Formats: sequence, structure tokens, C-alpha cells
Amino acid sequence: MRGSLRVTLRLAWRNLWRNYRRTLIMLAAVVVGVWAMIFMTALMRGMVDDMVKDGIRTLPGHVQVHHPSFQDDPSVANSLDPPTDTLLEVLDRPEVVAWASRIKVPAVVSSERNTRGVVLVGIDPERERDLSFVAGDMAEGRFLEGPEDQGLVVGRRLLERLETDLGKRVVVMSQDRENEIADRGFRVVGVYDSRLQAQEEGFIFAGRATVQRLLQMDDQVSEIAVLGLDYRNVDGLRDRVAAAAGPGVAVQAWPELEPYLGSMLPMMDGFVLVWIVVVFLALAFGLVNTLVMAVFERVREIGLMLALGMTPGHIRSQIVAESTFLLALGLLVGDVLAWLTIRPLEKGIDLSIVGEGLEMFGAASVLYPAFRWEDVVLANVIVLVLGFLASLSPAIRASRYEPVEALTKV
Amino acid sequence: MGLTLRLAWRNLWRHPRRTWLTTGAMIFSNVILVFMISMQVGIYQMMIDNSLRASTGHLQVQAEGYSEKQKIRQTVPDVERLAADLKAGLGLDAVAPRASTFALASSADRSFGIQIMGVDPEAETRVSSLPGLVDEGRFLESLDAREIVIGTVLARNLKVGVGDELTLMGSGRDGSFAAAIATVVGILDAGNSEMNRSLAEVPLAFFQDTFAMGSAGHSVVMLAPDLFQVSALESRVRALLPAGGDLVALDWDELMPGLKQAIQADIASAAFMYLVLIVLVAFSVLNTQLMSVLERTREFGVVMSLGVSPGRLGRLILLEAVLMGLVGLVVGVAIGGALVVWFSIHGLSFPGLEEMAGQFNLPDRIYMQVTATGLFFGPTIVLLASVLASLYPMTRLHWLEPVEAMRAA
Repeated sequence: MRGSLRVTLRLAWRNLWRNYRRTLIMLAAVVVGVWAMIFMTALMRGMVDDMVKDGIRTLPGHVQVHHPSFQDDPSVANSLDPPTDTLLEVLDRPEVVAWASRIKVPAVVSSERNTRGVVLVGIDPERERDLSFVAGDMAEGRFLEGPEDQGLVVGRRLLERLETDLGKRVVVMSQDRENEIADRGFRVVGVYDSRLQAQEEGFIFAGRATVQRLLQMDDQVSEIAVLGLDYRNVDGLRDRVAAAAGPGVAVQAWPELEPYLGSMLPMMDGFVLVWIVVVFLALAFGLVNTLVMAVFERVREIGLMLALGMTPGHIRSQIVAESTFLLALGLLVGDVLAWLTIRPLEKGIDLSIVGEGLEMFGAASVLYPAFRWEDVVLANVIVLVLGFLASLSPAIRASRYEPVEALTKV
Repeated sequence: MGLTLRLAWRNLWRHPRRTWLTTGAMIFSNVILVFMISMQVGIYQMMIDNSLRASTGHLQVQAEGYSEKQKIRQTVPDVERLAADLKAGLGLDAVAPRASTFALASSADRSFGIQIMGVDPEAETRVSSLPGLVDEGRFLESLDAREIVIGTVLARNLKVGVGDELTLMGSGRDGSFAAAIATVVGILDAGNSEMNRSLAEVPLAFFQDTFAMGSAGHSVVMLAPDLFQVSALESRVRALLPAGGDLVALDWDELMPGLKQAIQADIASAAFMYLVLIVLVAFSVLNTQLMSVLERTREFGVVMSLGVSPGRLGRLILLEAVLMGLVGLVVGVAIGGALVVWFSIHGLSFPGLEEMAGQFNLPDRIYMQVTATGLFFGPTIVLLASVLASLYPMTRLHWLEPVEAMRAA
């Protein structure tokens, strides 16, 4: 049996190269198809990964705790007490990479020349370092130094809109717990550059304690943000945080907080699958065609082999093996080619000519392709399995010839 | 030619299975191309239409530099007169004056910083979709009433409903303190959470009065009958603008650069995918045609020795490819077109569309559009690619030596 398998495989391999032109053309088609499957997938994955990661850095965090009414009415009135001991215990576990409590309220910031509506975020700078974008994106000046810091960090674009500068004073106005207007002068001590312009214009940062005093909110906060290990898998973390946080608060994971971003990951998985299958189907016509031709021109030979006692099963496996060799070879070359073309691009592809358009999608203007082994394996398995199925029809046809009829066929 | 055509057609059906498999590849790609391109055309038109109608219009006249800095001092003087002049000069109905500034809006319990727009209620209905999107109450009616309409999320955030009052505070054009009280008469649902969060419109005269604008505004908004007439309209507007002023005409791409680029980025990635499909079809055709030439070597040797020129045989091969391509085109367009027609009536939805729709001002079902571009652009390229792919098999004919060819196995 093992010997006959070897014969089958050797025959299949040799048959493949009898008409080398046809095999090479088909091989080229498989290589192009496989390359396109993996390359396109890596580009799209890279874009979506970055969108989600940027979104999480802005949000930020994987899981957030709020007052139940905060999402509908983001005001100081809907604040939380700082984390209790039970919650702290969960937050100190190793599955939590970082967490921070912060104040987040709508505010108005005015310079001498201009006024803008923004979101004022009161933060613990040390905690925020591992969590949100701002600490890493500082362009000028300094980051906040502690919850008591009296300074203000703003985005570069907001600074331009306000026509003011680093070191100048601006007035920040918001509502305190009593619904009275509270305002305070802040010196701009730092400027950040963000990958998304909307962030640069929309968020200003101040020390947590300073903001709490301004808004008379004692030690209350607007939200607790928690960063876990993997953004793709946050349900467990959310449930544990929810259990520890107790009733009376809303605990949500990022896909619920940002439904657009949340819908991107499953949509991307769907897209990758559809793309791979569509490319395969386009290939399959050529593949089946090649096999049909190969069988057709060998009818007499097949008849002879059958007459000499080769079983129809042998003929079938020979055709299937021929197709599998072809696909495997194409996959190998296509995979390597895809890897070779993606590697140099991993430093980032500059797409700033359509940067503002990508921002509408929520994507930054530098695209980092993400070469993921799962996707490569998926593409390879799909091609091999569907390829096997596609080769069955010509293989079965070939094995059903009547030896005598086939032998006498011109 | 009649003979060649008949020969080509018959040659195709010498191997019906092979021919169908090759045309099958074309039909498959054509159906996908027709479907996808029609969907794209439909989505882009809706994206552009919905976004522009909800906000910037097709064309605006503004003070130079206003679109970047948006300072209250960068005004269009006598904005209503200019709007009336443009309306008369262009013979266009959809012309509306607007003014806009930042202000603090306060209800009894909440305050938010918002961008407030002053509009001419009657003219606005002709350039914007917003007056038609009133969820509760009504749109603004008179030019000088102390009324305001706001987006649904803003209303929720401010905790106000129809009939409640809002205090508006900001600074006037001259830098003076500006304040006014306006009654909420309507709440709008623009279908996009970002707009619903920030939308606030008041009558133009009330705006001018409150923010010390005099008769000035910030823009004149125009809507062309369709997108293709925008650039012609733009040059006519330029000619009508008062000479020596600092007024400029900006089209939608300059007003909302993200939109066109979003579409371009999407087209680029789609084009890559289509290209791959087309290349795969071309390989399939190349393979089939090469095989059909090689297996006919003896036959070609015979006809060539009888005096048929290689050129004529070449045309035969080409014609075979064209015929195959045409069959693929007709069947592909028929099936793809049927799908498009079905979805243009019943609409299409897929998981994730609703979330995306919110981001791009789209309805949550896509109704495709039956257009010539959508139906024929992709299949025509597939046809051309198939013809190109048969060029290599054709060249092999020129190397054919009749005598040797006849002896070929």
C-alpha cells in the first residue's frame, strides 16, 4: 500500500510537469491569488488594529466604570466614588495592566482671542502613562506632574484654534456639582500631537485634584478606566470588574462604549473570510479547467492504466494529488512572496494624501500592515480544502472511464 | 470575416466544458464586479449627498481664510443681499445665507459649549436636509424669532425639551459680551450621533442681533442640481462675486476634504481587489487559449500550408477570446444586474453596517443604484483583459512552421 502511494505521488508529480506551460500559468495564478489573499488581509488587519488601538488609547482602556447616567448626561452630577477596597483588589491583579480614575466633563476653554468647546479630563499623570495616548504624544513643554498640578496640557490644533501659545494662560469654564458655572485660569504647560486631529482639538488635560477642587466634587471621579492584557478578549475582565464594583454603577467594555469600533473586528473577520473564498473561487475555475484538460488529453493513457489493473481509486488519488501538488507549490511561493512584500512595509505606509479621508473612518494616515499567522493558516487551509473538493469532480470523471472505450478514443 | 466568426464560434464549442469553465470564471468575476461597483456607486452618492445636504452644501462663498480659522470677524458683508444676488444671477433656487459662532448654551441645570448657526429658515429648507429631520416640535419659521432648534443628543445632555428656554452666551463680532435667551422649538435627529451632539440653529436675524453682526454673515451656501454641475457653478459664482473683496468660493471638497479622500481611499483598496480578480481571470483565459492553440498545432499546420496567413489565424484566436469574453460579459451583467435591481428595491444590510452608517451619514440599509458605470465598467475591463491574455498564445502562431506543425504529435 505504501509502495503504491509512492507510485501515485510520483506519477502525479511527473504528470504535473508534462505540460509545463500550463502548469506554470496555473501556478502563477495560484501564487498571485494567495499573495493577494494574504497581502490584502494584512493591510486591512493593520488598518483595523490601529483604529481599534487608537480608539482604546483615546477612550481609553478596555473596560470602564461609570455612573449609570453618565453616558447620557456626562456631567459632574453623575460621578462615582473612588474605587472601593473590593474593586482595588481586582484592579491590582496581574490581568490588569493599568487602571486610572479620572474626571471627564464638558468644558469651554477661552483664550483672549477665541473660545472652544472641549472635554476637560482631570487625571493622575502617573497612572495615565500606561493607559492613554497623551503622555506618549507630548510634543512641547512638559506633561502633568501629579494630581495637584496646576498646569494644563492641550492639543496642538486646539492651541492654533485658540491663537494662543505654550506658557500663556487660558480660562476653563465648566459646571460644578451645584450646577453653578465654575471657572479657573490655567497656564498651558504642555502641547501634544495626536494621530487623530479630532483628539487634538477635543481634549484638554489637568491634574485630578485641581479639577475636583474646581468643580467641588470632593474625591469623586467620572470614570474608572481599566486596561487588560488583550483588547480582543475583554468580557472576562468586564465581568470581574462588574462583580467587584457592585451594583449602582455601569461597567462596560470598549465595544459597547464605541459601537463603531466594536463592530469593526467582527466585520473584519467576515471580510477576510469572504475575500479569501472569493479569490479562491476565481482560481477554482482555472484549476478545474486545468485538471479537466489534463484528464482529457490522457484518456487513452488512463484507459491503458485501468486495463492493466490499476484501480479507479488509484486514478482518483492521482488526479487529486496532482491538484494538491499544484496548490501546495502555489501556496508555498505565494506565502513567501506575501511575507517578503509585507515585511518592508511594516515600518508603515504613508497615506497622508488621503489622511483626512482615513480620519473619517477613524484611521490614522500611516498604515502598518499586520502579518498574522492565523490569517496565513486560514488562507492556506481554505485553499487546500476547497482545492481538494474542486479536484474531486475531474478525478471522479477520470476514474469512471470504461477501459476499452477510453483506449480506443482518438 | 463571416467565415472567421463562424469558425471561431464553432472552435469554442469543440470543448464545451473547457469553454464554460473559462467563461464561468469571467461570469463569476463579472457578477462580483457589477455587484460591488454598483454598491460603491450607491454608497458614495449617499455619503456625499447626505453629508453635504446635512452640512456644507456643494458650494460656499466665505471670507478668505474663514474655513481654516473660523473667526467670527471673518465675515461676508451684507450676506442676505449677496445671497439674493447670487440667486438671481445664477438662476438657482438653492442659495442660503448662514452665520456661525461658538457659544455656551445653558439650560436650567446644564451648560455646553456648542457651535451655533444662524440660518434663514425659508432658504435653508432648499439647501439642507436638516429642516426635514425634525424629530419633535417644528423647524424655525421666522427670520427674527428668538427660537432655537437643537440635535437630539444635545437636547438630552442639556435636559431640555420643546418649549424650554436656553441661555446663549458668547462674544460678539466686536469682542463684546453677547447673551440671549431662545426658546427650543424643535429637536432634530440627523441620524449621526456627532451631529446630534453639536447641532444648534437659530434664525439669522436673531443671530446677527445677538452677536453684533449687523447685516453680515459667514457664508452663502449653494446646492447644485447634481454633483457634476458643481464645478461649472463654481466658476459662475466666481464671476458674480464683487471684485476686490476678500470673498472666495469653495466647493465641497475644499469644505470637507475628508469626504472625497475617504472615497478615494475606499476606491483604491477596492481597485486592488478588483485587479486581483481580473488578473486571475486573465490567467484562466491565457491557459485555455494557449492549450487550444497547442492542441491545434497540426490543424494550423494544415491550413497554413493551404495558404491561410498566420495573421488570419491570429485573428481567429483573438476572435475566440472576444466571443468568450462577450458571453461572459452578457451573462455576468445579466446576473449581476438582476442582483443589483433586487437590492435596489429591497435594500441590503450586513452586520456592522448600522455602526458604519452612523459614522458616514448613511441610512442603515443600502439601496443600490442601477447605473451604466456600475453595470459595465468592471465587465468591460474583464473583456479587455481576456483579449490581452490571448495575445501570448497568438504570438506562438508566428513561429509555426507549416511542415513541422503538421508532423507534430
